[in-house]
Amino acid sequence: MTMPSVNGEQPALVSVRNLSVAFTGGARPVHAVNGVDFDLAPGEVLGVIGESGSGKSVTLRALLRILPPRRTRIGGSLRIAGKDVLALQGRALEDYRGGVASMIFQEPMLAFDPVFSIGDQIAESVMRHRRVGKAQAKQRALEMLELVQIPNAKRRLDAYPHEMSGGMRQRAMIALALACAPKLLLADEPTTALDATVQIQILLLLRELQRELGMAVIFITHDVGVACEVADRVAVMYAGRLVESGSVAAVMQDPKHPYTSGLLSSIVHGQTRDQRIEAIPGAPPDLADLPAGCSFAPRCRFAVDACRAEVPAARELAGARLVRCVLADEAEWD
Amino acid sequence: MSMPSPATSELDLRGAAPAPVFDPATALVAQATRGYWRTVLARILRDKVTVACALLLLAIVLLAVFAPLLALADPFKGSILRRLLPIGSEGFLLGTDELGRDMLTRLIYGGRLSLVMGITPVINALLIGAFLGVVGGFMGGKINTLIMRTIDVFYAFPSVLLAVAISGALGAGIFNAMVALTVVFIPPVARVAESVTTQVMSLDFVEAARASGASSFTIIRVHILGNVLGPVFIYATSLISVSMILASGLSFLGLGTKPPEPEWGLMLNTLRTAIYLNPGVAALPGAMIFMVSICFNMMSDGLRAAMDVTQ
Repeated sequence: MTMPSVNGEQPALVSVRNLSVAFTGGARPVHAVNGVDFDLAPGEVLGVIGESGSGKSVTLRALLRILPPRRTRIGGSLRIAGKDVLALQGRALEDYRGGVASMIFQEPMLAFDPVFSIGDQIAESVMRHRRVGKAQAKQRALEMLELVQIPNAKRRLDAYPHEMSGGMRQRAMIALALACAPKLLLADEPTTALDATVQIQILLLLRELQRELGMAVIFITHDVGVACEVADRVAVMYAGRLVESGSVAAVMQDPKHPYTSGLLSSIVHGQTRDQRIEAIPGAPPDLADLPAGCSFAPRCRFAVDACRAEVPAARELAGARLVRCVLADEAEWD
Repeated sequence: MSMPSPATSELDLRGAAPAPVFDPATALVAQATRGYWRTVLARILRDKVTVACALLLLAIVLLAVFAPLLALADPFKGSILRRLLPIGSEGFLLGTDELGRDMLTRLIYGGRLSLVMGITPVINALLIGAFLGVVGGFMGGKINTLIMRTIDVFYAFPSVLLAVAISGALGAGIFNAMVALTVVFIPPVARVAESVTTQVMSLDFVEAARASGASSFTIIRVHILGNVLGPVFIYATSLISVSMILASGLSFLGLGTKPPEPEWGLMLNTLRTAIYLNPGVAALPGAMIFMVSICFNMMSDGLRAAMDVTQ
């Protein structure tokens, strides 16, 4: 399924075709990602929404090729900034990671090495990609810390990760990810580990930096509100497939896939105390043993025989939207 | 989404790396960065116990190194007429041993062999064991199994017995005793290095380093070694005292140093017959072993505290 980007006339920065990832370490292979296709234009922000285990993070790690190679089988094709990412090896792969695409991790405490100062860790990456000396790399690290609005940045260069608060660490993580000016930023739930007030600050900072620097961002979250806040387009993921995608406004106001609709109705907003929150019944499928047809069918109230027969093809709707549901154009279910 | 605006920021975010010119601001930043080892040193200096132990060890080492220059008595020359003089005798500050040799001189000279036999096997075991452990932990899988299971074989024997068996098989002598002790210390060091490496490998920052383009070699050199060497080094420091005691034990059994060479363990052995006649003098070599072991242990505790940046 191809998602035409909003500004479709530009060459896509990211082009993912039929991406699949299976983990082969266990007794049965686990199919975490099952045929994901999307395009992303330079400077575009894509929000990927989905519950835990839907393959969001695995997709992101596949884009950066940081999944353990011995236990992972990646299929399909991945072109990012003109490079065939799946064919990259050795030095070229290292240049790509951090140089073309870089990543912000969910837990900033764990993503920094505790025995080196923040400044050293940012400088390490700069020295690697820019081939500059230590002093210049440190200077660059200082500029980055100032760019992410860390107060008293000069002193913070020497701070160790444990000496900073969660929000500061996440800012430093963003500084590290952006230090080599990547074209694509992958953000893996960057605000999940932070408390609510800090979350908003980090989101605003990310959006500001994205506009200023013009990079494309793929933003993973399970928080629909966060996705609305930062993304131009959203894609909803379920059991390793993108089930729906489109502009934020369109998907939020008029979800076409029953899973999207269920996800939106399970958000708490202003219900009174005794009002039931509508949750999606059941649990996500076992990724080692996926159902034959639509993977959401066992939980779907509107499932018909056609749903269980085969995986529904992606249907293109008006306004550059795509839905993988047999009932999408009939809209029988709402 | 609108197209990115042209980079207005002065940070030159997408431009090529600037030419390396000297920049006072850059130099200032580099200068403002306090080195890690300077921090560690500052922390050690604040720890009185560690400083005291380090000074005591330094004194013993310096005495041992410069023993011939101190113009003391001859450590090998005895007199049957002044055997086993008590501590504080005239001309013999710490008395004499069972052959009438000056105890102070022999204790100072004895430090040379004892310290070498304490430290050398540990350094060798640190290098070999840390290498095996880091390689095993980083490679994982079959290579790790091969290395670690081989090392487990050595755990089947108590360390003293293993040291005695190896040095007995190789034959008596200082070199063979050190080889035996090295073999004894490789398994625990490798075990510590392997477990820390495995732990570090599973942490997010290794993945983050990979995500920012670090090669496997860089990850081992910077992140694995940076996190593994601290604990392994501290563990090895605590082995020095064990090594000294084992070395003394080997000498005691006649597998290490040979008489009349002065060595604390051997001196303890030869003086044990005099324990009822002159207990003070007989206990002196033991007291030296005890003091040096305690100092090494206390120092390794101090180092552990000082080297841990998260404290």
